[in-house]
Amino acid sequence: MGIHLYRIDDRLIHGQVVVGWGQPLNARFMVLVDDLVASSDWEKELYRMAVPPEMEIFFADVDAAIRDHAKYAADPRPGILITGDIGSMQRLVKGVKAIGSVNLGGIHHRAGRVAKKRYIFLTPDEEKQLHEIESAGVEVTAQDVPSARAVPLSEVLEGESR
Amino acid sequence: MNDEPGSGPQNPRAIVVGHGDFAGGLVSAVGQICGMADKLVVLSMMGMTPEDIESGIREQLARTGARVIFTDLPAGSATLAARRIVRDEPGLVLVSGVNLATLLDFVFNTSVPPTEAARAAAERGKASLIVVGR
Repeated sequence: MGIHLYRIDDRLIHGQVVVGWGQPLNARFMVLVDDLVASSDWEKELYRMAVPPEMEIFFADVDAAIRDHAKYAADPRPGILITGDIGSMQRLVKGVKAIGSVNLGGIHHRAGRVAKKRYIFLTPDEEKQLHEIESAGVEVTAQDVPSARAVPLSEVLEGESR
Repeated sequence: MNDEPGSGPQNPRAIVVGHGDFAGGLVSAVGQICGMADKLVVLSMMGMTPEDIESGIREQLARTGARVIFTDLPAGSATLAARRIVRDEPGLVLVSGVNLATLLDFVFNTSVPPTEAARAAAERGKASLIVVGR
């Protein structure tokens, strides 16, 4: 068991994660890796109340997630690990060296970002970070929901106008 | 009558926000059943960041004077955004898990402030869920 999905999603915990992925994966725990959330009791309570009672939630900043990753990976229950940005996932990938794949689930429009898919917008620096994650031997695909096709990073970066 | 913001006969009384076309569909159904869709403001959150959702709800609250927010899923981005707003603005009421029965009860209940009507409507909405068959 352990972590079945490593996802980057700027909405962190929301319907698509809890229901869309959580149900088919039968996820029983969630690891929310975010430096800001991990430092705020109010934010933690906000997200704690968003998960169903059968799902346990752990909060960690990136350093703590690297330190405790082996514990999450050895958990007998299926779980989901989520970061809100590419940089946090890149730090995690570097620190853990045991992550085989990363799912791009939602990186939405902000100033400086360019549309790549309906739910993926990236700055040049973020594209570079994703290349670096892939170069570390990690499969990077975009897939918002389980029923969608997992789109390889190379195809994502070409955008939808090709 | 009451003087609470959003209580006026011409004012929208609540914001409805949810995944996909959920909010629009639900409010459309309210309009079809009782012609009171104008009492509700629809907000779609498709393709929006959490910050955009939050600012969108705040803008609609400020524009309309509504003091009630209805959302679909407790775990949804809209609900999380609304909870941040409710924390900042005491006097707002958030109802998550909204259904058609909830909204119908809410729009008809004009004898009390919208926030009170929302609490009563939530109870009606819960009671409207029935299971038939074995």
